[in-house]
Amino acid sequence: MGVLDGKIALITGASRGIGRAIAETLAREGADLALCDLQTDWLADTAAAVRALGRRVECFAVNVSQAADVEAGVNAAVQALGRIDILVNNAGITKDGFLARMSEADWDAVIDVNLKGTFLFSKAVGKIMMRQRGGAIVNIASIIGLIGNAGQCNYAASKAGVIALTKSVAKELAGRGVRANAVAPGFIETRMTEVLSAEVRQKMLDAIPMGRFGTPQDVADVVLFLASDASSYVTGHVVTVSGGMVM
Amino acid sequence: MALEDKVKEIIIEQLDVNAEQVTPQAKFIEDLGADSLDQVELVMAFEEKFGAEIPDDEAEKLTSVGAVIEYLKGKGLDKKD
Repeated sequence: MGVLDGKIALITGASRGIGRAIAETLAREGADLALCDLQTDWLADTAAAVRALGRRVECFAVNVSQAADVEAGVNAAVQALGRIDILVNNAGITKDGFLARMSEADWDAVIDVNLKGTFLFSKAVGKIMMRQRGGAIVNIASIIGLIGNAGQCNYAASKAGVIALTKSVAKELAGRGVRANAVAPGFIETRMTEVLSAEVRQKMLDAIPMGRFGTPQDVADVVLFLASDASSYVTGHVVTVSGGMVM
Repeated sequence: MALEDKVKEIIIEQLDVNAEQVTPQAKFIEDLGADSLDQVELVMAFEEKFGAEIPDDEAEKLTSVGAVIEYLKGKGLDKKD
């Protein structure tokens, strides 16, 4: 018996890191899953882990920044699984660099995946949830979208955009029983953060009151709360998961 | 099913109204209690059920039951099953 028994969840960027932890956590609570990433073979490990938990899983190759791709992926997911109760917009990238040196291509790439991808999936799945008269959208933002960060103007802008998008969607769809919330992780141990230098990591650690980096599971547990009926009166909210780094 | 009946059926289902209320003159917002998002949903439902794409500038004009029926007839959708 799980809190998501009978629910169908679609998760983008589910091949590793936070996305994978979210997939396994929702599956452990009884949800069947549609997983999206750029290539389906990237999803093999996550899919195997979910199947080992006894849940159904379907994998789809989707470039989240291409409207036609997203439409096709969402349609295929509904065809296969019947409905979508939970959408987790997790796919995200970084292309860091100082403003003075940031190329237009790096700006566009990050905005396209992180912000436009969240828009496109929210639109495609939001229509289905409106018709169902219910659903929960959980967007993965970042504390950087709240406080900014030197060297990440593209990423910060994309995540701030995700937060504003979340609040607007929450207001628009509240009357249809659809909730939208965001999770803003702090420093989480994933491939996205392992590239940072020891010096940067130490500085981060010094700024975290709880004195440790977060794990993908720390984020997934909050996503589970926002995706489940346990948060049925919560919408338009941003929950930081940062060990107290941002309050 | 005739196009008129199909349109009425969609409206009754979407807006949760009685069949008697859905007259050709009835306006979605003023008479049938729809809000602007309901109207968007209605257009989505017409598009889906009739397999037609309704451009935004046309959709804006579809404010009454009769306007929708006329529009869909104008596109020749009453000839299709």
